Amino acid sequence: MGKVFKYGDDVNTDVLFPGKYTYTAMEPAEMAQHALEDLDPQFFKRVQPGDIIVAGKNFGCGSSREQAVLAPKYAGVAAVIAVSFARIFYRNCINSGLPALVLPDAARTLEDGDEAEVDLAAGVVRTSKGDFTFPPFPPEVQAILDAGGLIEYLREHYAK
Amino acid sequence: MGKTFSEKVFSAKAGREVRAGEIVTLEPDYILTHDNSAAILKKLPAIGVTRLKYPERAVIVLDHVTPAADSKHAANHKAIREFVAAQGIKHFYDVGFGVCHQVMVEEGFAYPGRLILGSDSHTPTAGAVGAFAAGIGRTETAGVWVTGGLWLRCPETVRLELTGRFQPHVSAKDLALAIIGRIGADGALYYAVEYAGEATEALDIADRMVLCNLAAEMGAKNGYFPPDTVTAQFLGEPDGKHAALHSDEDAEYVQKLGFDLSVLDAMVAAPHTVDNVKPVGELKGKHIDQALIGTCTNGRIEDIRTAAKVLTGRRVAASVRLLIFPASMKVYRQALEEGLVAPLVDAAAVWMNPGCGPCLGAHEGALAPGEVCLSTANRNFKGRMGDPNSEIYLASPATVAASAIAGKIASPREYF
Repeated sequence: MGKVFKYGDDVNTDVLFPGKYTYTAMEPAEMAQHALEDLDPQFFKRVQPGDIIVAGKNFGCGSSREQAVLAPKYAGVAAVIAVSFARIFYRNCINSGLPALVLPDAARTLEDGDEAEVDLAAGVVRTSKGDFTFPPFPPEVQAILDAGGLIEYLREHYAK
Repeated sequence: MGKTFSEKVFSAKAGREVRAGEIVTLEPDYILTHDNSAAILKKLPAIGVTRLKYPERAVIVLDHVTPAADSKHAANHKAIREFVAAQGIKHFYDVGFGVCHQVMVEEGFAYPGRLILGSDSHTPTAGAVGAFAAGIGRTETAGVWVTGGLWLRCPETVRLELTGRFQPHVSAKDLALAIIGRIGADGALYYAVEYAGEATEALDIADRMVLCNLAAEMGAKNGYFPPDTVTAQFLGEPDGKHAALHSDEDAEYVQKLGFDLSVLDAMVAAPHTVDNVKPVGELKGKHIDQALIGTCTNGRIEDIRTAAKVLTGRRVAASVRLLIFPASMKVYRQALEEGLVAPLVDAAAVWMNPGCGPCLGAHEGALAPGEVCLSTANRNFKGRMGDPNSEIYLASPATVAASAIAGKIASPREYF
């Protein structure tokens, strides 16, 4: 199981990935180093592959910048669970193949340092505080997640 | 049961009846990108595709870090120019033309009933003239380039009913901040925001652009002003032809909220969220280091006129630098013709080039640790203007101009 990193409401894309890097940090390893930089400066040092971000309402509000999803993903984050998501951030998660789960119960119950893992196929989040189930994604969305992200999905269907 | 505007646009594009909550794949009329085109174009080889499906639907505007702040940004711009030439993209606007959301309206891409997608969160600005315009991410923008379409969920609609008229010192920016302060940064999450009510007839396209731009800060998918005589005049087209693009009388709304413009005072959003909104009086006297008038929110000729009205014959405080970023070169040209440039120079304002400026913290006025900026932009998130220990307050052009004179946050009331 991964470790839970717990944050509050209205976490915005500027603290997830500062705007000053948006057109210069292009490589995955470099993006990862700036993940959550202005929210939790220790995040990149502490995060391990398989860890999970848990947050309050409107997670990822603000800019459309995809690095707000990619930076934590490249840093090892396996899923994001929140009371609710800002809509572009949610779309960016799906398109980047990072599961984003709207699970208010789990988001309110889980605390920093708890353990959790997401089983997408079974539709369940298993945690040190019990299991939380979630409904299936719409077929359009599931197809993208199944492919591993939108790039992979498009490659399967449109590559010439 | 009647349909909302969103349901009508989605149904027309899908070629079948679509209701709120349904997910459908739609082809936008235009797909907007900016400096981030450099990152998006790199996704084409990863997908295994070399050509855009509809190059004539791509609109690319360089505005975010323009002119290039360093060689990395310059290399991005160069890659975009080469891509534009190779793909035969006609709708390309290079450094200095304007902020992308201004260009969409100014150059006529925004039009009643059109579906516009953009890889920028403030794409909803185009709803001011009755388009359905929503922001999307980079990867899915590459998907639109390649396939022509994208999956979209037809949003439910929140109707904001506006009544009354502003006091002279109050404007659309104050109303937008008041709305966000009341409903919160997620108050319209996933929803369409439709502006309605008798007050809309007195709001010009610039006002409507402010209100649609800031719909993004309510969490909305899009903002929308039903086309009317104001729209028709702006487009230079006879009134009435866009009637079919209005929500039906019996359309279903998730929420209806009323706002009385006549009781509003000038408003300010304090750090570090846009919904931390207070009447200007509560923040009066707060020291500022930098003042900014411009960006996609408030860089139009109407905003420059307001700045000139307040600042002509007066001076920016010695402790403050006031930066003015016109939203486009056309706006700047208009300001020149109207004689608004010299009085603002005399007032010690600094005219900058059309573009996003320091709004995203990359250049042209980034803040030092501990500094405070009062800005007409749309975001005051921690660190956004370059340093996590700086502070951003958001307000109207009138409030920013009045505060620049005072050297601290001040009400613009005495100037109107």
